[in-house]
Amino acid sequence: MLEYKWPPMNKRKVMGTRLSRLDGAAKSSGRAKYPSDLNPPGLLHAVLLVSPHAHAKIRSIDTAPAKSMPGVAAVRTFVQAGAEIQWANAEIAIVAANTEEQARDAVRAIKIDYEVLPHVVREENLAKAGTRAKAAGEVIVGDPDKALQDAEVVLQGEYGIPVITHCCLEPHGQTIEWKGETINFWPSTQAVSTVANQLATIINVPAASINVTCDYMGGGFGSKFPPDSWGAESAKLSKDAGGRPVKLFLDRATELTIAGVRPSHFLKVKVGAKKDGSITAWQSDSWSSGGFGGGGMAPLPYVYANIPNRRLNHAAVSLNAGPQRAWRAPNHPQASYLTTAAMTDLAAKLGLDPYDVFHKNANLTLREAVYKSQLEKAAKMIDWKAKYHAPGEGKGTVRSGVGIGVATWGGAGHASKCKVTLHPDGSVEVEIGSQDIGTGTRTCITMVAAETLGLPMSAIRVKIGKNAYPASGPSGGSTTIGGVSTSTRKAAVNALNKLFEKVAPSLGVPADDLEALDSRIQVKGNPNKALSWRQAAQKMGPSPIEEMGENVPAQAPREGLNTLGVAGVQMAEVEVDTETGIVKMRKLVAVQDCGLVVNPKTAESQVFGACIMSICAALFEERVMDAVTGKVLNPDMEFYKLAGLPDIGQIEVQMDITPEHDARGIIGLGEPCAIGGIGAIANAVHNAIGVRLPVIPATPDKVLNAIGNRRYA
Amino acid sequence: MSAVSSSNGSTKDNLTKSGFSRRSWLRGAGIGTGVVGTGVLEQEAEAQQAKVMSGEVEISLDINGRKRPVKVEPRTTLLDALRNRLDLTGAKRVCDRATCGACTVIVGGKVVYGCTMLAVDAAGKSIQTIEGIAPEGQLHPVSQAFVNNDAQQCGYCTPGFVMAAKGFLDKNQNPTEAQVDKAMAGNICRCGTYVGVRKAVLEAAKRGGSNA
Repeated sequence: MLEYKWPPMNKRKVMGTRLSRLDGAAKSSGRAKYPSDLNPPGLLHAVLLVSPHAHAKIRSIDTAPAKSMPGVAAVRTFVQAGAEIQWANAEIAIVAANTEEQARDAVRAIKIDYEVLPHVVREENLAKAGTRAKAAGEVIVGDPDKALQDAEVVLQGEYGIPVITHCCLEPHGQTIEWKGETINFWPSTQAVSTVANQLATIINVPAASINVTCDYMGGGFGSKFPPDSWGAESAKLSKDAGGRPVKLFLDRATELTIAGVRPSHFLKVKVGAKKDGSITAWQSDSWSSGGFGGGGMAPLPYVYANIPNRRLNHAAVSLNAGPQRAWRAPNHPQASYLTTAAMTDLAAKLGLDPYDVFHKNANLTLREAVYKSQLEKAAKMIDWKAKYHAPGEGKGTVRSGVGIGVATWGGAGHASKCKVTLHPDGSVEVEIGSQDIGTGTRTCITMVAAETLGLPMSAIRVKIGKNAYPASGPSGGSTTIGGVSTSTRKAAVNALNKLFEKVAPSLGVPADDLEALDSRIQVKGNPNKALSWRQAAQKMGPSPIEEMGENVPAQAPREGLNTLGVAGVQMAEVEVDTETGIVKMRKLVAVQDCGLVVNPKTAESQVFGACIMSICAALFEERVMDAVTGKVLNPDMEFYKLAGLPDIGQIEVQMDITPEHDARGIIGLGEPCAIGGIGAIANAVHNAIGVRLPVIPATPDKVLNAIGNRRYA
Repeated sequence: MSAVSSSNGSTKDNLTKSGFSRRSWLRGAGIGTGVVGTGVLEQEAEAQQAKVMSGEVEISLDINGRKRPVKVEPRTTLLDALRNRLDLTGAKRVCDRATCGACTVIVGGKVVYGCTMLAVDAAGKSIQTIEGIAPEGQLHPVSQAFVNNDAQQCGYCTPGFVMAAKGFLDKNQNPTEAQVDKAMAGNICRCGTYVGVRKAVLEAAKRGGSNA
């Protein structure tokens, strides 16, 4: 039985070092070719025709005028006469032409006759949702009625967080060619190993005929798993056009309306507690919408999940709006914000410091000691004791405040297969059907292989981004790093063991007395009895060594290479100008629990990025629906606002990189750090102005309304 | 179809003169009599109702020190000319409305959004794209600073940031952190790489600005 476990932390030479990402130069020089950058010979540009109505029946479609337009090679429709459209910007037709300009002209020539139907596009007022709201059942634990009756204090609160969009900078889309029996597919995807099978089912071809390539992709955040309707229709356009490649990437307005949103979440809650702050009861009515399919209940109460008496009701509200997709830590940021807002307001009602309420109730979490220690660390980093004041207390027009947010996530590795090939000339190939969505996957795979084989990074050639390589899971749920690191480790150990068997006779020891270190194969602990890697490789004869490694999630807990379960605490300090309503970030601190960290540099970047995404959602992001037209009012980047560099203040990250954490094995990091920041910032705004915004983001209008309501209430 | 002739001799004459206006060029190009004197938006509005205007002319763009002939339509943006017609894809199309900076290029020494300049307006001016700031196989010091400080994740916004930073450092050798924040405010990153970007621009400045 081979030993796969990670080398001891203090013996590692590559893993754990702060290496710059391997594809950094390709990206920062503009040489990296993303799927949207490909211009293969004969390329046709495709443009979508989308519905101008949020709810309509199609009486007729006439594409004939488009077909005769200059440069047009093929036209297809997504829907037929009689179809019912359920949201604005839904796909209707698609045109491929020699130039993008020609395709745009042709799209405008298509004639559609719509029967416009009534729509519902706003969900913040549940009473107005009518039959669009569907109850999702009731959960009761303990005796919430009695607990609320017996509670010394009951906090009643109402909170809301709106729909936000993924706003991937590279829009959804693909370049694709269907030539004879082969389909070459270059999608911007988080799922190179699964997207071909899905496409094959839609367009009814053998999956084996589809070659997927995605070397780089410009952001997904959970929204880029499927091949999408426009991928399938682009493939058919290519076939119709005799196999010419077709490129279709959504324009910005379409990207922001139909390519995925994070569901909203609204909450009316009663929280019962003792005077000392111990929470005894939670009763909530919540509702949410992620488009036509409604929206599920976030995991409430969040982190402080073991409140002994609970009653939860939820309603899913169906809207005529673009559909939800997974969004980095699905439903957790909403749950974290709603729960920590209620806990912060409970503290205010009790006249307690929320820090003490969060700390005291840590026994209601699954990891009491971890949360307590993280709260203590974060409080030190932001200087909580000095900065906290009673809500709204302070002088002058610019008020400061601090707030707390919490997080939890799983992050165990997904199923992953890896092939390691050791060539007789000493070169090394690592092949995995994974993808680098910006997290540093390519770099981390290389680090694991280099560590295991005792070679420098430059000696390893990692190949990812194709479905031709051994299948690996989609990059979602923070599962990639654990999956690919484990499969790479096991494949490299397996290959190395085969090499040891070939080399052992030359060194006169059994194969299991050998080790790979510093580009040599040597007798364990004896650098003088060694062959250089190149010499050793020559012993394998003319055929390369090819070995597989696999991460099987069900076996992973036993093997210990990857595991799951992390906590996180974030604290924010903001200042609020009470005359303009503008909220500015002073500081955001993140204490992030983790397991073994392969590359602290890229791992920290994940946490910094997640903090900034939280700033975006807490202060700027909101998809605004127009009740009258049923359209998204801000499907652009001017009015769908994201934070810029001047908006982020100072951000400090503390990763728990210790032998104790390391011993747990690898745990995914992308989601857990993207959860707690929104609540931390929103609660800091509450601390600054002494009044709760009913709905975030904390934009100037909402801040001024809240302050005004307090003054004149 | 209204006529946009690419073989109109006067068009080419116009193009060789510096400082021609888009409107005079449109007239010179013989854009349909029905829309003389109107702007592009009005033409598009009219096209939706009545007829569709479409047509290409060949112009020459001075890109990274090379004259590049390229066929464009009057409405073709500099960005689309670069990406769709010249295969220079370092500049990215993201917002397409002068908000996010992913398409940043330097025209006549000024940092501009390629999505909001017409290709015809760029004719006769010196255009620098990310492909032209370092020789093949080498990395510009600003790009290197982005690598060193992990100022990129998915990387789609990165070329725009690098060009904005280069344009800024060309004119500000010794910036403060606050100046860097302000200078980079015209670029948006969705992955949230700003902490690295801030460090990268400061590091590039320390190492002698964009010409180190």
